[in-house]
Amino acid sequence: MARTDENAGDAAGAFTGAARLVGDDVNTDYIISSRRKRVTIDADALREFLFEDYDKNLGASIQPGEILVAGRNFGCGSAMEVAVTVVRAAGVPCVLAKSFARAYYRNAINNGLMPVICDTSTIDEGDRLEITMLDDGLNVINLTKDSPVETASFSPIIMDILNAGGITSYLRTHGDFPEAI
Amino acid sequence: MTKTNGGPATMAEKILSKHCGRPCYAGESVVCRVDAAMATDGSAPMAIDYFRAMGGEKLADPKALVFALDHYAPPDNPATVALQDRIRTFSAEQGNILYDIGAGIGHQLMIERGHVRPGDLVVGADSHAVAYGAANAFAVGVGSSDLAAVMLTGKLWFRVPESIRIELTGKLPASLDAKDIALEINRTLDPQDASYRVLEFTGEGAVLLTFEERMLLSNMSTDAGAKAGIFDADAVTTTYLKNQDGLRHAITADEGAVYAKHLSIDLNTLTPRLARPPVGGQAAEIVELGQDVDTPVDMVYLGTCTGGRQSDLESALRVLRAGGGKHPRVQLVVTPASDKVYAGLAADGMLEEFIKMGALMMTPGCGSCCGTCGAIPGDEKVVISAANRNFTGRMGNPKARVFLASPAACAAAAVTGKITDPRTIM
Repeated sequence: MARTDENAGDAAGAFTGAARLVGDDVNTDYIISSRRKRVTIDADALREFLFEDYDKNLGASIQPGEILVAGRNFGCGSAMEVAVTVVRAAGVPCVLAKSFARAYYRNAINNGLMPVICDTSTIDEGDRLEITMLDDGLNVINLTKDSPVETASFSPIIMDILNAGGITSYLRTHGDFPEAI
Repeated sequence: MTKTNGGPATMAEKILSKHCGRPCYAGESVVCRVDAAMATDGSAPMAIDYFRAMGGEKLADPKALVFALDHYAPPDNPATVALQDRIRTFSAEQGNILYDIGAGIGHQLMIERGHVRPGDLVVGADSHAVAYGAANAFAVGVGSSDLAAVMLTGKLWFRVPESIRIELTGKLPASLDAKDIALEINRTLDPQDASYRVLEFTGEGAVLLTFEERMLLSNMSTDAGAKAGIFDADAVTTTYLKNQDGLRHAITADEGAVYAKHLSIDLNTLTPRLARPPVGGQAAEIVELGQDVDTPVDMVYLGTCTGGRQSDLESALRVLRAGGGKHPRVQLVVTPASDKVYAGLAADGMLEEFIKMGALMMTPGCGSCCGTCGAIPGDEKVVISAANRNFTGRMGNPKARVFLASPAACAAAAVTGKITDPRTIM
């Protein structure tokens, strides 16, 4: 486990965080408006505009270590990567959703933001979630409801990139993709 | 769905197989060589940062990388100029292809300037890169980091997607537009169903479409939630692409290929469609345009990688002519998709007609689509746009309400100052 987020993770690779809920079809413009990134692509500078056109209060109140919990089709719309890096800049280690738009899913993996596909309908705002990294995915337990959340597993290449901390360090280390994955 | 090793394959499976060097099927993960890659001024600066951070010094293939300065054309502040200058400096060093401000939208240039051929695997760091599927390419939108991986290695990993076969039956009525088909597909198809999947367009209706109409359908496949949208190649394709190779590398789906879903759209009975402004962070509701007629409109937008090509502007102009020009209260904004489209308007006398009607002609590029340059609607103003997306805030003002429709329906609203069925004007 190579995650370095100081707000999440311990020696065993388990961490807990409070659930922050968003709805279905949250698009990348709602996560961070396209018009903001024309001035800067620095995620720390963009942080203050997180969710500004969707729910300003939510964006402002998200604390490092909290976990975004979404409905279906999270991150639809644009492929813009700042929609992932701004969530990372807010200290969110992990997004749980019923489904992700694929560009968002890939961008999340590439930046070490764990995208977890699972049934989020049983999770309520503020529920404490415990997340443990396994060899082929994540184990999620809803501590508030005292119930496990069944999650989809990751393919080996996704695990390799996540374990490297993202695509940058993965390719910096390996220089190339292997022939077979 | 059962894996069909060695068995018949979809277009997506066949193009990915060709590029990973072995037969592959839905559900597998493969590493593929990529034929061409594109990034815009919206995505290239981050891609350059990732490329450097990966240890990148030289591009794997400079001739296969296109940068297009289209999102901020022209930029409205010094910070954006600086971002664009980083792209220009990088391209000067690396020798990749650069289209500067005013050349047009990257997606249009990829097709227009011959960077995509049938059977190719192409990525673009912008979600609407799926448009190249019209050229029988497997084309997907990626983020800046995946694009950087291609810049560095010339390759990328893919999860081989399942496909949905969309059969277009009948013939699109002359008064309708491919945009009406795209909106109907997006209305019918659950994004949860389309997610991670490819749309394969087929049927007599697809064969009868022009290349620009096919581009629109492929372009908006991402707005249906799909990974890509692919057409067969035929004479229409090779004529439009002026492709020397003809159909030599074109890919067709095998008889008996396995599809996750089938969808049939009857073009004969289709009526104009309209996407309403989203409410409360929900997805836009798509309805028959007839349901919202007479809604007053303040601004009409013709342009973008969906509705800014020559045929789109011609179609709008036909309605404007028939209606006797634009309503004096309406702001009509026109952004040609490329300098070639712009020059075509000038050569055909259409540019003069638009100017005489009082249209605002903008620099070719993305324009007002995502509110990053061009005309911005005021608070509480109603816009009808030929673009692909109307998320709250999309055109630069979260307090404006944006409807989406065909160029003809946009033009009809420009004529009357309210949402109007274009068939009542023609």
